[in-house]
Amino acid sequence: MSKKLVVIGAGMASGRVLEHLLEADKEAYDVTLFNAEPRGNYNRIMLSPVLSGEKTYEDIVTHDADWYEENGVTCRFGEHVTQIDRERKVVVGQNGEVAYDKLLIATGSAPFIIPVPGKDLPGVIAYRDLEDTNAMIEASGIEGGKAVVIGGGLLGLEAAAGLKARGMDVTVLHLMGHLMERQLDEAAGYLLRRSLEDKGIEIKCQASTAAILGEDKVEAVMLQDKTVIPADLVVMAVGIRPETRLATDTALEVERGITVSDAMVTSDPDVLAVGECVEHRGQLFGLVAPLYDQAKVVAKTLLDEAAEFEPKEVATKLKVTGCDLFSAGDFAEGPGREDIVFRDPARGVYKRLVLEGDVLVGAVMYGDTADGNWFFGLIKDKTDVSEMRETLIFGPAYQGGDSLDPMAAVAALPLDAEICGCNGVSKGQIVEAIQAGSTDLAAIKATTKASASCGTCTGLVEQVLATTLGDDFVIPAPASICGCTDLTHEDVRRLIKSKELKSQEAVWQELGWKSRNGCHVCRPAINYYLLADWPVEYQDDPQSRFVNERKHANIQKDGTYSVVPRMWGGMTTPNELRAIADAAEKYNVPAVHVTGGQRIDLLGVKGEDLPAIWADLNAAGMISGHAYAKGLRTVKTCVGKEHCRFGTQDSTGLGIKLEEKLWGSWSPHKVKLAVSGCPRNCAEATCKDIGVVCVDSGYQVGVAGAAGMDVKETERLMDCTTEEETIEVATAFMQLYRENAKYLDRPYKWVAKVGLDWVKEQIVEDIENRKALVERFELSQSIYQKDPWAELAQEEEAPKFAPLANLTLEAAE
Amino acid sequence: MSWIDIGSIEQIPVRGARVVKTKLGCIAVFRTAEDEVFATSDRCPHKDGPLSEGIVHGTSVTCPLHNWVFDLNTGEAQGADEGKIDTYAIRVENGRLMLDAAVMERSAA
Ligand code: SRM
Ligand SMILES: Cc1cc2nc3c(=O)[nH]c(=O)nc-3n(C[C@H](O)[C@H](O)[C@H](O)COP(=O)(O)OP(=O)(O)OC[C@H]3O[C@@H](n4cnc5c(N)ncnc54)[C@H](O)[C@@H]3O)c2cc1C
Ligand code: SF4
Ligand code: FES
Repeated sequence: MSKKLVVIGAGMASGRVLEHLLEADKEAYDVTLFNAEPRGNYNRIMLSPVLSGEKTYEDIVTHDADWYEENGVTCRFGEHVTQIDRERKVVVGQNGEVAYDKLLIATGSAPFIIPVPGKDLPGVIAYRDLEDTNAMIEASGIEGGKAVVIGGGLLGLEAAAGLKARGMDVTVLHLMGHLMERQLDEAAGYLLRRSLEDKGIEIKCQASTAAILGEDKVEAVMLQDKTVIPADLVVMAVGIRPETRLATDTALEVERGITVSDAMVTSDPDVLAVGECVEHRGQLFGLVAPLYDQAKVVAKTLLDEAAEFEPKEVATKLKVTGCDLFSAGDFAEGPGREDIVFRDPARGVYKRLVLEGDVLVGAVMYGDTADGNWFFGLIKDKTDVSEMRETLIFGPAYQGGDSLDPMAAVAALPLDAEICGCNGVSKGQIVEAIQAGSTDLAAIKATTKASASCGTCTGLVEQVLATTLGDDFVIPAPASICGCTDLTHEDVRRLIKSKELKSQEAVWQELGWKSRNGCHVCRPAINYYLLADWPVEYQDDPQSRFVNERKHANIQKDGTYSVVPRMWGGMTTPNELRAIADAAEKYNVPAVHVTGGQRIDLLGVKGEDLPAIWADLNAAGMISGHAYAKGLRTVKTCVGKEHCRFGTQDSTGLGIKLEEKLWGSWSPHKVKLAVSGCPRNCAEATCKDIGVVCVDSGYQVGVAGAAGMDVKETERLMDCTTEEETIEVATAFMQLYRENAKYLDRPYKWVAKVGLDWVKEQIVEDIENRKALVERFELSQSIYQKDPWAELAQEEEAPKFAPLANLTLEAAE
Repeated sequence: MSWIDIGSIEQIPVRGARVVKTKLGCIAVFRTAEDEVFATSDRCPHKDGPLSEGIVHGTSVTCPLHNWVFDLNTGEAQGADEGKIDTYAIRVENGRLMLDAAVMERSAA
């Protein structure tokens, strides 16, 4: 007589088990199959094409009623199993018990629902089965319906694409910094995001859901930052959890999943488990490939044949039309690894291979995934790739020749992309001029005016010449930023603006960076360019800053720091001095120095004391002096007409106003100001980046002075009649410098490149433009003008200045 | 090999570092853009610069004092500079940072 096999769950894993088992021996078991879903086995992974309308449910059924009939499987579909009684060896279903000799648990996973208020409102669904899929299809019938998908992983994005294809307005909320972070690195995540956005799907990363709002059905989603996004449908696709409830209740061994041996047997020799509900050697499963391997092993074990499940690498593909991505193996953790990166911005292609010694361990690719399976094979077989290492990234069809093209970024620009910002000349106009016979830079300048003003786009114009003329044009080799790119600072600044690149990943990818995430030379520059050009969209990245700007203090040669509070216009009070003296004593500051910038420097403060000393200085009303910043440093002043017998204007007051306006802003290099009350110039205003000399008739504003490694007198930008006008002109100059200069060029170096005449055109002659510059500066200040000390002295930030762990204490125990 | 739990990976900023104090000086623990972690001595062989304050790029760090670059995998200085920093075994387990306990014996010695 046949033994009795009961299977709980008619999913993808158990479906395969039954196929293998019945094929090998139809008579071995009497099979009873329970399924909570009111249907038999179907291809769950094809629910996405059903959702998007490319397939129907009928297309994806794998085992129909006839199949179960023919194979003599007793089906109890639409019936939940509520209990397993291992004493009596019976399974309890909603409609009664069934006895077993062998039991197979194949209950899959349950979607994880984030525990926020409103999660139970009608209209909030998960994405797991046909019911969910049909609910989404129905919701998409609402005219102008809005859907919010929580979770930017595989499932969430397939749901989003499907809903979009059905005409809904879709927003994806993702907690992490980039999409599908478990399968993709940042670069591929960036490309994926871009093509989904091109489809009209809105994506918000680092978006943490606080609550789902609605009266008797869902109406909106609220984020932690209080943003409210209207929604008629909310799909939660934030992850899955092995469905282990039955196993736990019957006291089988369960960790995160039901623990199974290599033979797929649980802690009870008569109970097996398969699929997403199991945990094998500490590992969980979320893709079908390994489950199919498990299924083979289960079938053999049931037939008393020896078999062992050996987990293999898995590869991921996203089933969204137009988003070609592939990831396999492990490209994240582990020391001793090396990267090979290939980018072709023109085609939107990115490939990255991760090697460990001579073996390929991971591969991520976007845009061109044709070689994915070949790489996957190399990973699975642990092939020694040392012989083909040089050319590995070009794939199996590689015939020799290097296809990396430094010119690709410019070649990829659309014709209407602006190349020369000063004169509003597009790539198309330059190409036309070239075709009409202007075949060198001088001729282009003469015919289109491109690069004829500030000159920062010269490199780009030359590249347009080169891509248009081919070999007939040889670019004079300009110095690139560093080994990570062939582009110059000026090129990159222009491209960030014209291609609207708003993240580091966008820069790395679109401009074909040769390293993963830049180096200590280029990354601080790129971070600055992005925050200067996109103050609202881009978020400053402290990890791309030199230690001084990250710690908001100057590092000393012994690893301690110096602390310089702001002293507005060089003025101070007995109170401030007292607080400084107290702080110096309290934190054992070894040296106190009066700086050349009219303020006081506390030198030798220990890194871990910084938040505390800042809090003390804050309490006395002082903020950071940014003595470490590529940004506004000091504004020196003299005593002016309030006290001095020669003073013509209130130089101290104006200096303070300028400092109050400009402090906190970041710039390509440091910026120092001074205001002198008369031409005797006691504040040394004529050698500053911006220096104002007061005279009877008003204020002489000079710029581009220097008194460091070079010494140079300021050049007169404009004579102003009022304080307001002076402040406006100085602010506009600051912004023009911020928007155009190369990182680490002081204003005098930058003005020498673009010419004072051009600066005057922008600020003195064009008053509209001056006001626009001031407006853009103010927009940036609305974000960046805040005291970093106050922020970092906060309770949640301060501990980050201390060691992560102190093992000297433990050793003493 | 035995391991000590020194904290959560979330306590280190991405592309950043924190230090762990031991009796024989600080150990820098780095976290890269891809959540790889490395532990090395915190002292630059050039002039003792605190490497934990450097810019982390790829799997390298640049010393904040004079820009020597070290490969975190091997500890070797890159390019023309010659020098090596000690590296220690470290791994991530369920989000926890597990440092080779040998550093304790070293420090207790
Ligand atoms: C503290 C101070 C010296 C003092 O005790 O007086 C100082 C200290 C440093 N200066 Fe300075 N400079 C100080 C006033 C000056 C001045 C005078 C002034 O501002 O009127 C100059 C000449 C004017 C100028 O800015 O060019 C000056 C020209 C420089 C330069 C050369 C810049 C140049 O473009 O030529 C550097 C190097 C650099 O920035 O790349 C520099 C760099 C430095 C650094 C940041 C070196 C470094 O990177 O570690 C020093 C930090 C010391 C520390 O740990 O705190 N320091 N430095 C002064 C702080 C002023 C303040 O209150 O903020
Ligand atoms: C929309 C979608 C797209 C996917 N795309 C891919 C892809 O492209 N590639 C890929 O590899 N994987 C994909 N997956 C994952 C893949 O579908 C799963 O890995 C696979 O289905 C797991 O198989 P399983 O048999 O373990 O569980 P399931 O297929 O989930 O089957 C478990 C069954 O058990 C039933 N059950 C649970 N508890 C009980 C109970 N107490 N009583 C009775 N019945 C019960 C459930 O109703 C369910 O029908 C996708 C998943 C979804 C939802
Ligand atoms: S002059 Fe040189 S030594 Fe003196 S503070 Fe400035 S940078 Fe340092
Ligand atoms: S101390 Fe590290 S480079 Fe000089």
